[in-house]
Amino acid sequence: MSAADKQRTFSEISITKDLTLPKLLVRQCHKFGAGKVAMREKEYGIWLPVTWQQYLENVKQITLGLVSLGMVPGDKVIMIGDNRPEALWTEMAAMCGGGIGVWLFQDCLMDEVKYIVDHSDSKFYVAEGQEEVDKALAIRDQCPRLERIIWDDPKGLRHYDDPMLISLEEVMKIGREKEAHNPGLFDKLVVQGKGDDICLLFYTSGTTSLPKGALLTHYNMLTMGQNLMRVDPCTPSDDFVSYLPFAWIGEQMMSISCGLQVGYTINFPEEPETAQQNVREIGPHVMFAPPRLYEQFTRTVQVKHLDATWLKRKIFDICMKIGYHNAELKFEKKPIPVHWKFLRSLAEIGLYSKIRDHLGLSNVRHAYTGGAAMGPDHFRFFHAIGVNLKQIYGQTEIAGISVVHRDDDIKFDTVGTPIPETEIRITEDDEILSKSPSVFVGYYKMHEETVKTLKDGWLYSGDTGFIDEDGHLVVFDRTKDIMILNDGRKFSPQFLEARLKFSPYLKDALIVGHQRPYVTAILCIDYNTVGKWAEDHGINYTSYTELSQLPQVYDLVEGPLREVNRSLPESAKILKFANLYKEFDADDDELTRTRKIRRAFVENRYKNIIDALYSQIEILHMETNITYEDGRVIEIKADIRLQDVKERGKK
Amino acid sequence: MSEVILEAQNVFLSFHGVAALTNVSFKVRKGEIFSIIGPNGAGKTCMMNCINGLYHPKKGSLIFKGTAITKFSPHKRAEMGLSRTFQKIELFRGMTVLDNIRLGRHLRLKSGILSSCIYWGKTSREEIDNRRFIEEEIIDLLEIEAVRNEVTGMLPYGMQKRIELARALAVQPELILLDEPLAGLNLEEVEDMARFIIDINEDERWNVTCVLVEHDMGVVMDLSDRVMALNFGVKIAEGIPSEVQENPEVIKAYLGEVEDLYVSRR
Repeated sequence: MSAADKQRTFSEISITKDLTLPKLLVRQCHKFGAGKVAMREKEYGIWLPVTWQQYLENVKQITLGLVSLGMVPGDKVIMIGDNRPEALWTEMAAMCGGGIGVWLFQDCLMDEVKYIVDHSDSKFYVAEGQEEVDKALAIRDQCPRLERIIWDDPKGLRHYDDPMLISLEEVMKIGREKEAHNPGLFDKLVVQGKGDDICLLFYTSGTTSLPKGALLTHYNMLTMGQNLMRVDPCTPSDDFVSYLPFAWIGEQMMSISCGLQVGYTINFPEEPETAQQNVREIGPHVMFAPPRLYEQFTRTVQVKHLDATWLKRKIFDICMKIGYHNAELKFEKKPIPVHWKFLRSLAEIGLYSKIRDHLGLSNVRHAYTGGAAMGPDHFRFFHAIGVNLKQIYGQTEIAGISVVHRDDDIKFDTVGTPIPETEIRITEDDEILSKSPSVFVGYYKMHEETVKTLKDGWLYSGDTGFIDEDGHLVVFDRTKDIMILNDGRKFSPQFLEARLKFSPYLKDALIVGHQRPYVTAILCIDYNTVGKWAEDHGINYTSYTELSQLPQVYDLVEGPLREVNRSLPESAKILKFANLYKEFDADDDELTRTRKIRRAFVENRYKNIIDALYSQIEILHMETNITYEDGRVIEIKADIRLQDVKERGKK
Repeated sequence: MSEVILEAQNVFLSFHGVAALTNVSFKVRKGEIFSIIGPNGAGKTCMMNCINGLYHPKKGSLIFKGTAITKFSPHKRAEMGLSRTFQKIELFRGMTVLDNIRLGRHLRLKSGILSSCIYWGKTSREEIDNRRFIEEEIIDLLEIEAVRNEVTGMLPYGMQKRIELARALAVQPELILLDEPLAGLNLEEVEDMARFIIDINEDERWNVTCVLVEHDMGVVMDLSDRVMALNFGVKIAEGIPSEVQENPEVIKAYLGEVEDLYVSRR
């Protein structure tokens, strides 16, 4: 579709200080009405559509239901559960009634749920099913402001008769009755809203400390969406699949900020396990996901490649060579010679279109990644198979994003240039600052943090970076994560970790080297791929722990380490490594809920392994505890091998 | 006390002079979970096979919903609302999950070959109703959406056990025989399966009476309304779980395996 076509189908809305998300919702629902599908959910094996009219009707009923139950403007409604239409309705309903939406990650442990419910002063807790209801019932005594727990999936809730519980259906029924007694109340509520009102209280994942609640206004959300759409316009006929947690700002940005403005169809998968199949069925036009999802994609392809027959592997290898070469020319902004174009079109038929189809990326016009660093190898891979993958940089505090790659100007080591109405500045000590209409108003009940983060309208990100010769922003790393090597050189551990993760055998890595004599790594193998590899090679194992400590597996993962070392300066080369006996897990506080590594915590937790990496020990005995999601703790005993990375190039 | 749905009267079964079941009588009431326990070789599965019609008792009779079914063939019994799962999985490994479940539904199809070929009016409506039943009631209940189009033989063992249950449910049974549904499952799968059993038993849409043969005593004692213990084909105890558990005969039957009786995975 040409730029001109896009202009015709998507007309920009004018954002004033009076416009709110609910007002926009009402306007869009009247514009699209019953003739256009606002969202779809796959249920019972069938995609069930919800039109814009039904969308509005449902939001109206929930809003009035909540108001009848005592919601007043400023009340917080906390939500937890899978992505499903009801989740979006409730969020919009909370905003329509002047309330504030708060989101929890579905896999949050009890303590996190308690902290956020209590800290946010939530009055309503909207759960999906039994699991979430159980969490709420367990913590409600410690959260005195919590009044009602609403659920919408009755499965397993047969015997629950707590007076605090109420079903979403019941809430909607109360809403309908309210509407009958008091017609026009909904519209009155919506009109009351102002653009500067808070609409979302968004808890940041907190790599260092307790989660902080960022307060975002309607104006923040709307301007952010508009400015992204100015860069990469979407059309109302586009499809988007919503399957990443709503508690992640990226999903809010696509489903609410952009979705509502453009009016594209939002699709919800049947179950989290079917998401990949469902994405393939829909073939979305736009997607935004954190790097780990793309890493998963490449790993899937690599594993399938290992499994394929000789001929297929050969075709793959040749086509990928063509793809990589073309991608390289594109990155260097050089013209692509005719014969390479021709080869590319052959490879497109033979390979790329098929891979894209399997990954559900057939129709993708813009694929974004953000939230963490992504290795250049992944980037090359996606451009080689013809996926227009672009980096995004931003944070919750700026309602999502502030910097993005432009279609014809992609450099995989940068995150691109600022979106309209956004300014980026680098301080003297290399911290990235940004300013835009989307910068948040402050943290909830954390004045000191707000003062530290927000100065004169500039958002202090805590990230270190610089602007390169093309005006692209390069994000180096979190300021406090940057390591100083033995020769005084500054280096980003995240960069090394991202490079390592291109290996299908490695799921996670922790790089240590700050003010140390050399750089070391703690690796988490990918259980599936390495397990498969072991099976193919007739190696027996019974558990992750055992598999990770096998000498053959150490030799296997040394390969990617050597590969990465080859392109590194001498002082940054990884000299010693250990395989961890378990994967990093958010339930153990090692990762944030968005799967970013909590470096300080992890380094402290595995201090003995790190110490051993800087000693002459070859085997370290360890005893530790693992926490499961239901709170059970089990003890693990393991002997950790420590291995040197041998000479580069030597096999 | 609710009505009796299944009754076994003095059932005898033997193979070449080896007595598998000797004078076993019991009653299963509508809506309950009735468990049969006993050491290996006690005759539990033999009893299941007799009820289901794979074996025919030498003596005695079986009464299901007031009808003597002793002489009935298995498919006739299934038609009456009696279905089962197997200790060793008996699925069609080359077919997809959905096809396996649909096969269980075949018994409930009324259309003949001719009308199915024409596929018009009543037949197509029936097909749609059946598909809806499978999707909305079974797949949703057992949470197998993600595998519905997978080939059964490729699935993990625990999942196959679940598919067996799905197929048995497709018959829309009034009584279901579950032969070691938890054997070989890991802790999480056991918990899921136990929940499904409770669901089909308690949920108003199903209200299926369950006859359960199981070795996991923790689950048996938790789930069952009543328990019957067999030893060498002879009934040695029957009653509510706690009574049977303390019955000296039962403890003796398990002697040497006393601990097993109390083994629970939780």
